[in-house]
Amino acid sequence: MIGAIAQYLPPMLKGIGVTVQLTLFSSVLALTVAFLLGLCRLSRYSLVRGISYTFVEIIRGTSLLVQLFWFYYVMPFFGVEFSAMTTGVLAIGLNYGAYGSEIVRSSILAVPKGQTEAAIALNLTRWQRMIHVIIPQALMRMVPPFGNLLIELLKGTSLVYFITLADLTYISMTLRNTNYADSLIIFTLLLLIYFLIAQLMTLGVRWVEKRVTAGRLA
Amino acid sequence: MWNRLDWDWDYTMQFLPHMFSALKVTIAVTFASFAVALIGGLLLAMLRRARYKGIAYLAGAFVEFIRSTPLIVQAFFIFYVFPISFNLVLSPFTAGVIALGIHYSTYLSEVYRSGIDAVDKGQWEAAKALNFSRMQTWMRIILPQAIPPLIPVLGNYLIVMFKETPILSAITLMEIMGVAKQFGSASWRFLEPVTMVGLLFLLLSYPSSLLVRYAETRLNRQRGS
Amino acid sequence: MNMRSDEKPIVRYRNIRKSYGDLEVIKGIDLDIFPAEKIAVIGPSGSGKTTLGRMLMTLEEPSSGTIEVDGELLWHKKVNGKLVRADEKHLHKIRGKIGMVFQHFNLFPHMTILRNVTEAPVRVKGMSRKEAEKIGMEMLDKVGLIDKKDNYPSQLSGGQKQRVAIARALVMDPKVMVFDEVTSALDPELVGEVLNVIKEIAREGKMAMMLITHEMDFAREVADRVIFTADGRIVEEGPPEQIFEHPKSERLQNFLSRFMAKV
Repeated sequence: MIGAIAQYLPPMLKGIGVTVQLTLFSSVLALTVAFLLGLCRLSRYSLVRGISYTFVEIIRGTSLLVQLFWFYYVMPFFGVEFSAMTTGVLAIGLNYGAYGSEIVRSSILAVPKGQTEAAIALNLTRWQRMIHVIIPQALMRMVPPFGNLLIELLKGTSLVYFITLADLTYISMTLRNTNYADSLIIFTLLLLIYFLIAQLMTLGVRWVEKRVTAGRLA
Repeated sequence: MWNRLDWDWDYTMQFLPHMFSALKVTIAVTFASFAVALIGGLLLAMLRRARYKGIAYLAGAFVEFIRSTPLIVQAFFIFYVFPISFNLVLSPFTAGVIALGIHYSTYLSEVYRSGIDAVDKGQWEAAKALNFSRMQTWMRIILPQAIPPLIPVLGNYLIVMFKETPILSAITLMEIMGVAKQFGSASWRFLEPVTMVGLLFLLLSYPSSLLVRYAETRLNRQRGS
Repeated sequence: MNMRSDEKPIVRYRNIRKSYGDLEVIKGIDLDIFPAEKIAVIGPSGSGKTTLGRMLMTLEEPSSGTIEVDGELLWHKKVNGKLVRADEKHLHKIRGKIGMVFQHFNLFPHMTILRNVTEAPVRVKGMSRKEAEKIGMEMLDKVGLIDKKDNYPSQLSGGQKQRVAIARALVMDPKVMVFDEVTSALDPELVGEVLNVIKEIAREGKMAMMLITHEMDFAREVADRVIFTADGRIVEEGPPEQIFEHPKSERLQNFLSRFMAKV
């Protein structure tokens, strides 16, 4: 069994590289999209609110795999062709960004109304109220749910298997296709690696949480 | 470029019957795995409150492990490993129901847990004072109070699971996405089938989620009054 | 005492009304507040007194009527001789003359005490941080909390929080300050320290104060004039001695006797 692990681990490590890269890029995109959409959904202008709401509902109403296929197989019909990696980052980033926008929106709405009123009484402008008073407090509330979202995102990256991007899952599948008898070892290893990455991410999020909230939340 | 963009209605029409017959599979697998998740989740939630700390810990570790690994890998594991290592050959449907059901039972266990925690501690004490057995306390006192407020959240998870079913095409389950892929690969034209599948998902899940939100606000209002 | 026809009022409510849906909470109020004048607004809950203060702080818009601050319209602008609704820019300009202390303090939980007090002068008045900190420390000293400057609000008692909130409003040097039931959310033993700070500020004199309050002894001691509101109207007003010792209207007599009975 040790021999088998020694045989399979090196190629899988390469897959880990792709998975980590994919997770990283998609997370950055997802967080950006989440903030943009979340703020748009709270806009003063009903048109901005309407467009962002529709976008979020379309993304949430279909499913990640459908979106992945759509970007991969359908975009070329429009004359746009992405690499598998770009497709993965786009689809995953947009999908989890749409879910994340709900976190941003609800965290901002959860800041007590008195905070806005106090900021008005001090004559801060609309923009200053948002930047200096509301968002810093909303951020503290966002960290734990964003942590969960990033774990979901990590799991979601495994779907690039379908568009033949050589991530951890895809590589493991090719390994098992040539070594049927070792399916148990390969898939167990695969599950453990995902679990480990997720645990590391959880630790990271906890660290951020501690930094952000240090003694400040009433 | 524009002619490639053309939407082919004939092609679409050819695909639709395939899609609708596969929709039966999608719906069947959704409800079957939801049933597994409902029962499995409840079981896990109760085990996490077990009096024996070892059992509670194991249940917690199981939830944590399943929740932080991808559904598709779990499906592979059940579909490909079971026949070889445990001599247990499963159909794509059965393997899919087990994988999706168990995966979401870990999520539902958290939902149940929040509901159970919301029941007043005094209820456990009152049950003890009346000399109910542990099982009676669960069945007659705690769960009847814990579960009704959870119905909208559970409904939400039904919709989430519905949207996860395309993943099971990886283990050759011929649900709507699997059929779309198969249909499209014959002519290497995916625009229509993939778009139609997306629309179908949207058409079914958006109204359902509105229904759930409506139920949620009604429930909140009831509790508020 | 309130006969100051020679002086221009700093705040002038004219025929102010406010409705929420079908419910009218302010039914036509006229009120002048003069520079450096301390007025106390008393009355049963739901009489609209808090709304009166919140409209001055631009937190709630009147349904009709006008409010003038220092000779300028607050909620309106004159464009070609016609009154139009003021935009945010106009509100921002006038708002600088008004300050407010809230019932629930509303300190910023993510900032230290000093930062709470200096944030607005830096952002709004464009003061340097150094300059703002100097004034901020003075104000914290005035409310007796200089040693808490590096703490966060969650580490303070309710009375301390409210004193910081007062310092925070004072730093902006408003011409009129609204105190909206500032002791109502406090434990009884913490009320005194907050009232003492307000009395001290009142003694200094230069700022007009609108004290919306349930503390009758405090109103009597600090106010130049007492306004009694009920059912969205000013029922009676006058110097404290007159209001508390010789109430004319039956409404006020009932209110006071019920109030005294409760204490």
